[in-house]
Amino acid sequence: MHIVVCMKQVPDSAQIRVHPVTNTIMRQGVPTIINPYDLFAIEEALRLRQQFGGEVTILTMGPPSAEDSLRKALSFGADRAVLLTDRFFAGADTLATTYALATAIRKIGKEFGPPDIVFTGKQTIDGDTAQVGPGVAKRLGLIQLTYVSHIDKVDLDAGLIDVERRSEGGVQKLRSKMPCLISILEGVNEMRIGSLTDALKAARATIIKWSAQDAGVEDIAKCGLRGSPTIVKRVFAPKPRAERAEFIELGDKPGDAFVEELFKRRPKLESELEQLTRGY
Amino acid sequence: MIEERFDAIVVGAGMAGNAAALTLARRGLKVLQLERGEYSGSKNVQGAILYSDMLEKLVPDFREDAPLERHLVEQRFWMMDDNSHTGLHYRSDEFNEERPNRYTIIRAQFDKWFSKKVQEAGAVVLCETTVLELLQDAYGKVIGVRTDRKNGQVGADVVVLAEGVSGLLGTRAGLRKTPDKSNVALAVKEMHFLPQETLEARFNLRGDEGAVIEAVGTISEGMTGMGFIYTNKESISLGIGCLVADFEKTGQTPYGLLEKFKQHPSVAALIAGSEVKEYAAHLIPEGGFKAIPQLYGDGWVVVGDAAQLNNAVHREGSNLAMTSGRLAAEAIFQIKSRRDPMTKENLALYKKMLDESFVMKDLKKYRDMPDLLHIQAQNFFLTYPQLVSKAMTNFLRVDGTPKREKEKTTFRSFLAARSLTGLVGDAFRLARAWR
Repeated sequence: MHIVVCMKQVPDSAQIRVHPVTNTIMRQGVPTIINPYDLFAIEEALRLRQQFGGEVTILTMGPPSAEDSLRKALSFGADRAVLLTDRFFAGADTLATTYALATAIRKIGKEFGPPDIVFTGKQTIDGDTAQVGPGVAKRLGLIQLTYVSHIDKVDLDAGLIDVERRSEGGVQKLRSKMPCLISILEGVNEMRIGSLTDALKAARATIIKWSAQDAGVEDIAKCGLRGSPTIVKRVFAPKPRAERAEFIELGDKPGDAFVEELFKRRPKLESELEQLTRGY
Repeated sequence: MIEERFDAIVVGAGMAGNAAALTLARRGLKVLQLERGEYSGSKNVQGAILYSDMLEKLVPDFREDAPLERHLVEQRFWMMDDNSHTGLHYRSDEFNEERPNRYTIIRAQFDKWFSKKVQEAGAVVLCETTVLELLQDAYGKVIGVRTDRKNGQVGADVVVLAEGVSGLLGTRAGLRKTPDKSNVALAVKEMHFLPQETLEARFNLRGDEGAVIEAVGTISEGMTGMGFIYTNKESISLGIGCLVADFEKTGQTPYGLLEKFKQHPSVAALIAGSEVKEYAAHLIPEGGFKAIPQLYGDGWVVVGDAAQLNNAVHREGSNLAMTSGRLAAEAIFQIKSRRDPMTKENLALYKKMLDESFVMKDLKKYRDMPDLLHIQAQNFFLTYPQLVSKAMTNFLRVDGTPKREKEKTTFRSFLAARSLTGLVGDAFRLARAWR
């Protein structure tokens, strides 16, 4: 069984400062960590490998310094780590990121065997979009199982996987064909401490580094800033909303009256946001 | 025990551990360095001031890429009472040299850089790995360590204990005693962020220039202690430390002292409007020469803070740490290259090298200072600062009192507080301890 886990190195958001004048994130000196949601994906992959054998490959796209996070992922016991790093990848939005990752996963498939499962975390703590997992699945033509809270059963011979998926209304029990992409929910497992042997192996491991060309990118215009239609027009810090509760007298028409009263008291935050974004 | 063996295991990745691991790896030994923090420096909260000379011996061209904050051009010593300070300032443009002698650093960043050098030299550095105990054979010889990882026992010819001030492993293995309460200080520190221009204007700095303030007086409430203010690029490290035994005796709280120090009129203006980002506390070895434990034994040596190597008078800690780490590594290398075993007799070489270095010579010079300052704490940290302050006010305030009368008043206040014998005795004791 070959499992690829997509992981991102992110700034530790608990330690980020926002520049008081420009409202941009001050990244300087902020420590980087493995996106905490991705840790659950890594652990789940390692558990499946424990059960069914095979290999776990960790994939990330980022600056050369992302090697630190990959090495850490290896210390948990993963078999290999691939770092997509190239200045052409810089400034990518989710669309360009999924293009690069999907290309690299194809290449990983060719080099180390096609993956049965591609794991991602629920979302990143810096971008918070939760778009990259589904985007990668779409590009690779994989079935996507998002917000998975439990893997019930894997039948390797039949190529089937049973999972539980958290949805708005409750829990869905799904059966899917493999290969598939699974974005895993937080809190579904607990990250292990790697053994001393794994830690030693990780400290000495060679991280596989691929440029856009190495990864087999055909259209460089789809990568990085050039391949990103998302444009940040303006960044602003909303004022903190005052915390206070108010009791509303509803009279005899609870339903409609309630909605009406709510609209009258449209939260200050939203009207402010509306003003700030007007004209874009 | 895992199959793989190492020539040396270094426990800890602070100044002493990094110096030792770097030197051992450069000498071609197979080194494993274990650090409990997420990375080297992640647990470190020191001020901090770095002296170039000792680092140059390890990384000659460190100025090229080490994360340095400011080079120091000004030193201020303050004697404080509740409303004033009497200061001795020294500032020299000669400190604006090509290869400055002293820098402020932020250890979390600096140690990370230092650790990269260790890794480049070929040592295997494992972070997030806590050593739980030393493994000893039936004769008490240290043969390896047990970590908190699965199958976490690993063997080596020698273990370098660079575990820091508390010396837990050494104590647990019965190689030494727990540091005495009157030999360690508890220091608390805050990092205050200020815009670079504001900071430079307040401290009268240009470019990368930096200043240091060290203060004694009523801020320590009669305990043996010192306050400090270091300027970083866009932050100020500010803190105060006192002996643990004194905290225990007086019931004072470290954060209480820190608040009082921050609210002192001489300090408040310097940090006004700053954003506090970090609050940290740490122990500092202060016992000096007399508190140094056994430094070596069968299969082990101890370096840095763990060996209580700290010069309290000159406030040199990392210097002694780096030097002891380097010398321990050199000694191990020499023993190894003679193909001799890492026995107590052979490792005595480390102590010999340390004795011949500035480390032991300096500590020996000031061997009586810790006792003097502790036993006489009331006088040196409470009485004298207040007397000096009174004398200064008396001298500066113009109010029609004849000057001779003023001088008499000042002299009388000293006599009343400390008697002639006391004054002469203190001067004598201080001079002797300094000798």
